[in-house]
Amino acid sequence: MALRTLIARNPLRAAAPVASRGIQTFSLPDLPYDYGELEPAISAEIMQLHHQKHHQTYITNYNKALEQLDAAAAKGDASTVVKLQSAIKFNGGGHVNHSIFWKNLAPIRAGGGEPPHGSLHKAIDSNFGSFEALIQKMNAEGAAVQGSGWVWLGLDKEFKRLVVETTGNQASVKDPLVTKGASLVPLLGIDVWEHAYYLQYKNVRPDYLKNIWKVINWKYASEVFDKESA
Amino acid sequence: MAAAVATPLKFTFSSSHGSTRRLQWRNNQRSVKRPYRGAITAKIEHKPPPYSLEALEPHMSRETFEYHWGKHHRAYVDNLNKQIVGTELDTMPLEEIILATYNKGDLLPPFNNAAQVWNHEFFWESMKPGGGGQPSQEVLDLIKRDFGSFEAFVTEFKAAAATQFGSGWAWLVYKANKLNVGNAVNPLPSEEDKKLVVVKSPNAINPLPLLTIDVWEHAYYLDFQNRRPDYISTFMEKLVSWDAVSLRLEAAKARAAEREREEERARNEYEGDDSQTDPQPVEMYGTDSDDSEAD
Repeated sequence: MALRTLIARNPLRAAAPVASRGIQTFSLPDLPYDYGELEPAISAEIMQLHHQKHHQTYITNYNKALEQLDAAAAKGDASTVVKLQSAIKFNGGGHVNHSIFWKNLAPIRAGGGEPPHGSLHKAIDSNFGSFEALIQKMNAEGAAVQGSGWVWLGLDKEFKRLVVETTGNQASVKDPLVTKGASLVPLLGIDVWEHAYYLQYKNVRPDYLKNIWKVINWKYASEVFDKESA
Repeated sequence: MAAAVATPLKFTFSSSHGSTRRLQWRNNQRSVKRPYRGAITAKIEHKPPPYSLEALEPHMSRETFEYHWGKHHRAYVDNLNKQIVGTELDTMPLEEIILATYNKGDLLPPFNNAAQVWNHEFFWESMKPGGGGQPSQEVLDLIKRDFGSFEAFVTEFKAAAATQFGSGWAWLVYKANKLNVGNAVNPLPSEEDKKLVVVKSPNAINPLPLLTIDVWEHAYYLDFQNRRPDYISTFMEKLVSWDAVSLRLEAAKARAAEREREEERARNEYEGDDSQTDPQPVEMYGTDSDDSEAD
């Protein structure tokens, strides 16, 4: 729920649902930077494919599943409603995760890579020892994800602490946000699906993880942290 | 996992699961089954595809093989060898390691690497230069029996590969004498998998794999980027080795028949022995099955 609220609040153009055939569908949000602006950490080619193809496909399939869900619910077709859940979770999760991911990145000229200040910085120090220790932990856990998935820095609102979690595939719409406690808010998610880095880094995921910190938008993470921990 | 247990082409089944028998196996491996050139302990090999790295071009590029076989497959092999060195696993053949580390579902750390090594070997052998086309008459007849038509099978196999969420594999398996298509995340089955999950417990009702396609993104990203459906179509039309499927089918049929005999024998043994309160499937194959299937 927290996640959905964040997305809805976000000012990115076109991220809002659009009405179509009676139900709300989703469309691809614009990136707040150009595809080439994260180079050399992430190539323009990767950014373009990742945004225009992968993210768009999640949205297309999410909308399709939602339309099917709407039709099935209208007919009282319970088994179809249940069957659609995995497609909704996967594709909807892909849309939500990528929408966060784009905001987690920023060109260096726009402050990408600049470590967090203020309350988030303090929270990182007290939870992980240091900013470097957090990065090390996320790199290690991200590298260890088997197959496709994500590594997250989240705020556990219930226990008022920061946590690092990994999720498989696009499961984050549920985990870590719901199944690991309804109060877990994602501050930063790093996509470790191969499509996020393969054209540039091939099999060497650790290099991708090492370099992505140069374009991480800590301002965004800090804003969410301040808002959610207030 | 089940893929490994059931591998029709090269699996010599063993019932050795207990530690005492494992020692026997170790001797056996050294002297007979795994004559690893000059090595003191047997290492799992980084087995090359049965064709050159550019042999599948333009459908699967040499560059893809250089990474997929040369880096990804190799990393699984290297990591597995690191994990098993000095343990009782380090002289077992790959299939035995998978069986042992599957550990009745309570996976031991080397399982993932071992299963991935097996899957990749099986995948390379599922393709050939000039592949595609139609299967042998026998395979075709079975496909028609179980899927209705060859086209229906292709549609189902493609769908399994395309709808595998995230990284994983899609399989054609021989299960209880019926062909079916399944997809499996690797190496663990999840409840969301289609009904024929290859990575399953090593008991006698495991599906026997005939064909697989790797749908991890690294398998196709350099050649097809996000276009997984194009990769799957190319695999089916230009790469699939129906020869391999035919050979595997023969072995699977023999294997299934043997399983039935072994189960029957085990049932009879258990009925006559009340002390066996906790029958373990792997041990149900009897002690003489080591010799019943030659490589």
